[in-house]
Amino acid sequence: LSMAGRGRGRGRGQMTFNMEAVGIGKGDALPPPTLQPSPLFPALERRAAPLPGGEEGEYMLALKQELRRAMRGLPYFVKPGAPRRDIERYSDKYQLSSPTDNAIDWNPDWRRLPRELKIQVRRLRKGRTAPLVPKQNMALDKEETIKKLESLEKKEEEVTSEEEEEKEEEEEGKEEEEEEYDEEEHEEETDYVLSYFDNGESFGPDSDDNGDEAVY
Amino acid sequence: MTQAELRLCSLLLQEHFGEIVEKVGNSLLRTGPRPLRLLVGDTGLLPDQVKKALCVLIQHNLVRYEVQPRGSVEYEARSERILRILRYPRYIYTAKTLYGDPGELLVEELLLHGHLPMSCAVSRVADRLTETMEDGKTMDYTEVSSTFVRLADTHFIQRCPIVPESPWNTKAPPPPAPALAIAEKDMYIVPRLSLVGKGKRRHSCDEEEEREHKAKKQKQEGGNSETPPDDGIYWQVNLERFHQHFRDQALVSAVASRMDQTSSEVVRTMLRMSEVTTASGASHTQPLSSNEIFRSLPAGYNIGKQVLDQYLALLADDPLEFVGKSGDSGGGTYSVKVTWGPGASWAPPSPFPHPSLMPLFLHRFGSRCARIFRLLLRKKHLEQKQVEDFAMIPAKEAKDMLYRMLSENLVSLQEIPKTPDHAPSRTFYLYTVNVMAAARMLLHRCYKSVANLMERRQHEMRENKRLLEKSQRVEAILASMQATGAEAAQLHEVEEMITGPERQQLENLKRNVNKIDASENQVDETIFVLESFIESTMKRP
Repeated sequence: LSMAGRGRGRGRGQMTFNMEAVGIGKGDALPPPTLQPSPLFPALERRAAPLPGGEEGEYMLALKQELRRAMRGLPYFVKPGAPRRDIERYSDKYQLSSPTDNAIDWNPDWRRLPRELKIQVRRLRKGRTAPLVPKQNMALDKEETIKKLESLEKKEEEVTSEEEEEKEEEEEGKEEEEEEYDEEEHEEETDYVLSYFDNGESFGPDSDDNGDEAVY
Repeated sequence: MTQAELRLCSLLLQEHFGEIVEKVGNSLLRTGPRPLRLLVGDTGLLPDQVKKALCVLIQHNLVRYEVQPRGSVEYEARSERILRILRYPRYIYTAKTLYGDPGELLVEELLLHGHLPMSCAVSRVADRLTETMEDGKTMDYTEVSSTFVRLADTHFIQRCPIVPESPWNTKAPPPPAPALAIAEKDMYIVPRLSLVGKGKRRHSCDEEEEREHKAKKQKQEGGNSETPPDDGIYWQVNLERFHQHFRDQALVSAVASRMDQTSSEVVRTMLRMSEVTTASGASHTQPLSSNEIFRSLPAGYNIGKQVLDQYLALLADDPLEFVGKSGDSGGGTYSVKVTWGPGASWAPPSPFPHPSLMPLFLHRFGSRCARIFRLLLRKKHLEQKQVEDFAMIPAKEAKDMLYRMLSENLVSLQEIPKTPDHAPSRTFYLYTVNVMAAARMLLHRCYKSVANLMERRQHEMRENKRLLEKSQRVEAILASMQATGAEAAQLHEVEEMITGPERQQLENLKRNVNKIDASENQVDETIFVLESFIESTMKRP
């Protein structure tokens, strides 16, 4: 144990390089220790040269900004799927929803790509990822009932609407583009889920009692 | 890859392709080539999102794939290619100067989409050009096609590697990924297409949707007459060729500033003649006889044959060695030196032109430091005392400057011991410039600068997001009001929705963003010079 501290006293104060060569003479006062963190931006000694202006520079600047704008609009700009909203809003009916994660909006040449990368091309049905049950949230039962009535109505009328983010995702995807009409979009599934929601309702508070009050 | 490069790649991907693609690209850049499932695990994204991102990246040549012996496919990011996104405006502008508007738009479309078949590119560009023409006029496909062919002939665009023909033996399962390949000689051959048609204007939205519907229906039916005649043949921009062009431009510029306009024209002519015969990476162009050069001079240049010979002799004798004489046949054969050795790029007194690297010093360290630096370049090794004497700078200042440059790795110390025991008092300490290290250090700083500029620009936009959105809404309202023929007073009222200070703020924002964008372009020019220099120096035996 005593050997560990052996070298401490002897070598103290010496450094590996020659101090004089660096410019600190013997006995010189060293600068006082700094007590502040170094400044965020070092002092600017000289300003940078002005940017070359001119037609070429202007044109390239415009090109750059135009490119940036254009690329955001192309299908290569991958946007995440729209987050699931907690409450349906009336405006949802009138807003175009963003593409689902599993859709690819352009048609690559699949012959040139590894097979494992192939995903379905814009089949909106595939948007259904998680089952509906866990998504059930504490909405007002009154709203729920009205929504259900609405959706049943819609089904009867077979009106194609724009994308809505309702709990019944079957309505989702009934778009104007008939080519996207998938065989899976069947009524049976709607029925199944509806009946399931019927079950859930019985757990919630009785709607008669809480007619005008909010449910917490 | 340095941290600076990684950060810059990240920002470029995020700005042009969104965060999902950025995450995937990042994972590949930081951890190296991996298969799909590891990527999904690493990024935490949904598998379909990762697949989509990979498709985008492969489409744009930013990621390549390789089938591993055990059958899995590995993906690898191409960092140097990602950094080229910064240079897109320069490629497009160059195409414009060389081939006019059709050339500009063709290159732009190819860059925006990664790669396209010729038929597709031509029709898109024709449509875009038609939009800008007067009512009733349309752009014919033939003009765009001929520009396309010229771009291919001069190698500015090239064919992408193609899917190999599938063998007749279909018993074997298809490979997990195609092995794309193309021979050099096939790269610039334009397929014989008869592209007939004119650009279409975009009419009202309904009509366009109708057309889209029709096109979609046809696509789904499949195998109909809509399959383009050049199916499977894709084209991409040949970035190396553009780089060669930039180097040529810089060379011509250097000659012009060192000698005169005419000599630069001679060099330009020589370079033009050797455009497609110079292999990439060659140090000299093919030798050209002075007779050939004389015949190829541009029409406006009326210099006599002897005058041309004199110019060539002058160029060959110049210590900067722009041009070398390689023989005497045909009136003397000459070739242009195209690599950028230390002499050409850093030589005093005329620093390498646009972008000149000397100003980097002048503005960072001061003109005296620049003097010391140039001195060291010339003399290679100097002692402290010699530096003070030759540069005529007092000892204290010289010492300070040298140490600063030393700390920035722009100069280095070389020890030459006089005695075997390397005693400090009996050793020469010589200052020298390690050109490659200095170049790399500067390049690293450039990457950092651009990344910082981008972050600042994005910050500015985020800070003013609310105001920007408001301004866009007001503009939209104004536009629709004007379309329906509103009165000036009503328009004025709407304009007033943006207050005076807000207008000022918007102007400031625009000015700042423009300045930052222009700076990014400027730094990329320096990046190009440094990268070319480093690359060509490393190639030399």
